[in-house]
Amino acid sequence: MSERSSKIPLLEVRGLKQYFEIDRTHTVKAVDDVSFTVEKGTTFGLVGESGSGKSTIGRSVIRLYNPTAGEIYLGGREISGKLTAEKKHYLTTKMQMIFQDPMASLNPRKKVIDIVAEGLDANHLYKDKKEREEKVYAILERVGLNHEQANRYPHMFSGGQRQRIGIARAMIMEPEIIIADECISALDVSIQAQVVNIMKELQEERGLTYVFIAHDLAMVKYISDYIGVIHLGHFVEMGRKEEIFDHPVHPYTKSLLSAIPEPNPLTEPGRKSVTYDKNAEGVDYTKGKKNYLTETHMVLATEEELAQWNA
Amino acid sequence: MEGLKEKEVVLDVKDVSVSFKTNVGTLNAIRGVNFTLHRGETVAIVGESGSGKSVTVKAVMGIKSANEKINTGEILYTYEENGEKRTVDLLKFSRKEMVEKYNGKHIAMVFQDPMTALNPLLTIGYQLTEGMMKHLHLEKKEAWARGEELLAEVGIPNPKLTMKNYPHQLSGGMRQRVVIAIAISCDPDVLICDEPTTALDVTIQAKILELIQDMQKKRNISVIYITHDLGVVAKVADYVAVMYAGKIVERGTAYELYFQPRHPYTWGLLLAMPDLNTTEDRLYAIPGTPPNLLKKIIGDAFAPRNAFALNIDFEEEPPVYKLSETHEVSSWLEHPDAPKVEMPEALVRRIARMTGTAKQKGGLANE
Repeated sequence: MSERSSKIPLLEVRGLKQYFEIDRTHTVKAVDDVSFTVEKGTTFGLVGESGSGKSTIGRSVIRLYNPTAGEIYLGGREISGKLTAEKKHYLTTKMQMIFQDPMASLNPRKKVIDIVAEGLDANHLYKDKKEREEKVYAILERVGLNHEQANRYPHMFSGGQRQRIGIARAMIMEPEIIIADECISALDVSIQAQVVNIMKELQEERGLTYVFIAHDLAMVKYISDYIGVIHLGHFVEMGRKEEIFDHPVHPYTKSLLSAIPEPNPLTEPGRKSVTYDKNAEGVDYTKGKKNYLTETHMVLATEEELAQWNA
Repeated sequence: MEGLKEKEVVLDVKDVSVSFKTNVGTLNAIRGVNFTLHRGETVAIVGESGSGKSVTVKAVMGIKSANEKINTGEILYTYEENGEKRTVDLLKFSRKEMVEKYNGKHIAMVFQDPMTALNPLLTIGYQLTEGMMKHLHLEKKEAWARGEELLAEVGIPNPKLTMKNYPHQLSGGMRQRVVIAIAISCDPDVLICDEPTTALDVTIQAKILELIQDMQKKRNISVIYITHDLGVVAKVADYVAVMYAGKIVERGTAYELYFQPRHPYTWGLLLAMPDLNTTEDRLYAIPGTPPNLLKKIIGDAFAPRNAFALNIDFEEEPPVYKLSETHEVSSWLEHPDAPKVEMPEALVRRIARMTGTAKQKGGLANE
């Protein structure tokens, strides 16, 4: 990775740990020593089953949680550690989040214009009311909503439209990176495509970077450049999407890939998915090392495991 | 499809339409739905939320809300009792009759969310044996023993212990297995699965689908699946019905629907979901949103979102055109005078790719 180090990645996460203390004797290690980098203008997909820690990573990075350990750099500046006012301002203007359930993430008692402008209000990013209005209208238009809809309340919109409001709220800050946590999972198939297309267009226009968290592997493959497969708080495999999908090494990745039913009635009936049981196979993630098969393709394994899986 | 001998029809849904009275007006949730289910086969109903999939199968189960009204149609269910065949119209029965005689025993249902389908205050054993004691008139001991067998059959590791557990003590996948065990406990003819895997993880989803298929084969059950996931449909379905705004717009065998789709909505659905080989720069998104069913629909409900809509689409409802023994489509584009419309380029490519990979993998690409 020496030749890449000349370029500073937009987001760099080093040794991120997020533990939750349940009581004195129990600690849930939701994310356990995770490192990754995301280059500007690319999309990093996080996949894994529920409880694997993929959402926790997103939330820790944007500081919705206070990480237990680890360093996070955004555009070369540290955003981990104590959140000073200045750091917070930097973080909230550069990084935004889109949530899964658009109804739960929009305040039902506020008008759309006030929801979308909240980031502007908090950071005093306009001179007068007119400018605020103009900014909101422009962004609403960009995501396919119109002016008149700005004075309505969230319940007056359909699910897809609400998610567009969520995108508008994130986009109005002109962030460099957006963390999209299952942002299309709650939407219908035909609406998912609309939202994904908007996200892709915005990425091309503004050179946006996404961390895309989802469990729909086909969608993740479609939208991402790099993919991290996460299981029980560890990255078990990471790499370019072609590497993950065409040459998976880790048995967990393989089981995950075999589990997706493909929309093809010729090959799909009768195909059995591969089962992966970490304990039965005796895999211990804390013992594994990060093995780089190519410059980008990482597999978490001990040497014996790697030899066995590659065989 | 060798041997086109008469298949045994288990369920025949004929022109069912259902509406709901709401305080803003009458909502026509389903507007004339037709399909048949043969013994041992699987029909999948696909569509967006609000298209009426759930309302359709709930009508089969006799689950009605207070404000629901069945306007027309019949649901003919054929079964054997004491060696003789009987056909009944399920819509004629009261809720009480359905519960007493048909639900569970003849027609069982697996719901989306296993946590809400199970009663949190009762043990798994109680909930599993309840139906068997009622419908099969088993003694408690016998029912309990069968319950343990069933749990083992659906792949629960420690059935003896699990019988005494409460739902919250099991994981989501295990709970859904319990729900399936309950559903098949009285040997039903028809199993209705309403989004059985939507609330579950992908890895568990595959296992649950395989389990349902297994049980279906062993017991020769007919299954109705409701889903919006076309991958799931491809895995399990013999026949597919695509629903839009309360109507089935296209139905046919899985092969016909995936490789010879004719309705623009089916095209849109197929294209909106990327498969693992999609490289197109943009997904084909169906513009707009589904219609409001509170309003009267004039013409084809899909017309405002349809790039290929003809003038007549906005005036008159399209009739059903029969393209083959099994393939039916309701679209004006099939009219002999309609202009010839080709399916989108991206879909043509995808179909070629799918049949291509099938050949590579040694799948049977005949028909």
